[in-house]
Amino acid sequence: MIISIASGKGGTGKTTVATNLAVSLGSDVQLLDCDVEEPNAHLFINPVIELSKKVYTPVPQIDEEKCNFCKKCAEICRFKAIAVIKEIVLTFPELCHSCGGCMEVCPENAITETGRELGVIEIGHRNSLAFAHGRLRVGEAMSPPLIREVRSHTRSDLLTIIDAPPGTSCPVIAAMKGADFVLMVTEPTPFGLHDLKLAVEAVKLLEIPRGLVINRSDIGDDGVRTYAKMENLPILMEIPFDRRIAEVYSRGKLIVEEMPEWKERFRKLYLHIQEIVG
Amino acid sequence: MKELVVISGKGGTGKTSLMAAFASLAENKVLCDADVDAADLHLLMDPDIKENHDFQGGNTAVIRTDKCIECGLCRDLCRWNAISEAFIVDPIECEGCGVCVDFCPEEAIDFPINTCGEWFISNTRFGPMVHARLGIAEENSGKLVTLVRQEAKKLAEKNKLNLLITDGPPGVGCPVIASLGGASAVLVVAEPTVSGLHDMERVSQLAAHFKVPVMVCVNKFDLNVDQTEAIEKLAKENNMTIVGRVPFDPVFTESMVQGQTVLEYVGNSKIRSSINEIWRNIRNQLVI
Repeated sequence: MIISIASGKGGTGKTTVATNLAVSLGSDVQLLDCDVEEPNAHLFINPVIELSKKVYTPVPQIDEEKCNFCKKCAEICRFKAIAVIKEIVLTFPELCHSCGGCMEVCPENAITETGRELGVIEIGHRNSLAFAHGRLRVGEAMSPPLIREVRSHTRSDLLTIIDAPPGTSCPVIAAMKGADFVLMVTEPTPFGLHDLKLAVEAVKLLEIPRGLVINRSDIGDDGVRTYAKMENLPILMEIPFDRRIAEVYSRGKLIVEEMPEWKERFRKLYLHIQEIVG
Repeated sequence: MKELVVISGKGGTGKTSLMAAFASLAENKVLCDADVDAADLHLLMDPDIKENHDFQGGNTAVIRTDKCIECGLCRDLCRWNAISEAFIVDPIECEGCGVCVDFCPEEAIDFPINTCGEWFISNTRFGPMVHARLGIAEENSGKLVTLVRQEAKKLAEKNKLNLLITDGPPGVGCPVIASLGGASAVLVVAEPTVSGLHDMERVSQLAAHFKVPVMVCVNKFDLNVDQTEAIEKLAKENNMTIVGRVPFDPVFTESMVQGQTVLEYVGNSKIRSSINEIWRNIRNQLVI
């Protein structure tokens, strides 16, 4: 089973829920941190990294000896990543989306592909918990291909927990698509509610069953609960605001280890999800 | 004209709440919400929308079943696996590269332009504001960020206003990169946690990469003073300007519930004086 943990708004507690849930369940679990722009799960998991590899996306490389400067490559490129000016071909690798159209259209076979570094993925474990994450290269704009690379390490023999990025656009979709369940984490405030609604619409589009965790559940107002009721979005867990929890988090520690009474609550959360997924 | 972009790396550190507080202090400015994915500034600004426009960005392939001979070339060429065995394009997976469109031997693939969001020009009690809404699950958030920033600049020029305050998106990817180019300075709102430190370091590297000067403030600083000091040390070592600290205070949430900026909501408090001081320091840095 794949559970993706998403939120819309950032900073609502996705990583807290993902890491504590993963650690509470013990063995046969893997945690994939797909928030590759700002991955944080490793700060709480402290995994032993066994494998680290750079991930590249293909970008064109022009052989000017073979090129006849016909401009077909520049014409097919929708992303303005190739320009031909008289007898000079300029490529802008950072604009390239790796569609391969230029290589396909070139009548002289003058285009091959080289790589643009997207970032790094690291694979490891913490005791019996399997772990993988990606870290986008600072300056790189495109995170979805790196997210897909992290997800390619999904093991079907394990329960997979995905820590998704915030927002509702393509990176989030890349981290939720194909999941069996999306666990949304929000805070009961106007910002939390507004962004939760957007995120729920995205999950609906993907037709994935969903449930809600309300973090800092005793602040704010009733908006989130009213909305959840209206949407038939089951509230599976509430985590009150507790300065001790905030402090444990700030030091990079796990709630279920510093406050062991929480372990059972995270296990129950998983049982709830199992019931819903069936 | 000067532009201050407020970013954070990590989400939920208080970017929008602080930016709204600055909006209540600054004069002669235009507000811009560049967090187009999950825009929240309007919830505090209660904008009176004067203009709305469609945002068109990118195209999506659509196969015309009446003309398709199912030769499979499009499926072979598509690197996104966006075309099903039944020759239907999944619009979520389609990257809009148009390779299938150009190579289809039957010219059976249409390539309509997407309307993937909306953008607005509004009046607020703190002055004009440009904001947007990206459609759910859409791409091109970077293009929309660039667009709202351009429109905000135009509006400022037209109204002879000399400052743009932009609420940026979280992360370090495409929309953040789009919100940095040409900015006068960024303010990184950090929180004193291991995640906050990690993320502010990455987003500061990004700003440095684009040669934009970085200011740093730590929000909720008293939740972990050791982490606050670690953030400030990192900032100093990397030539960023520390502009202040804001204490943790539930009034941020309470004011949000009331749809007010925190400065409209609180009386004379530590919050007010700390935000005033940060804004004074920012003005000095921006020379405004």
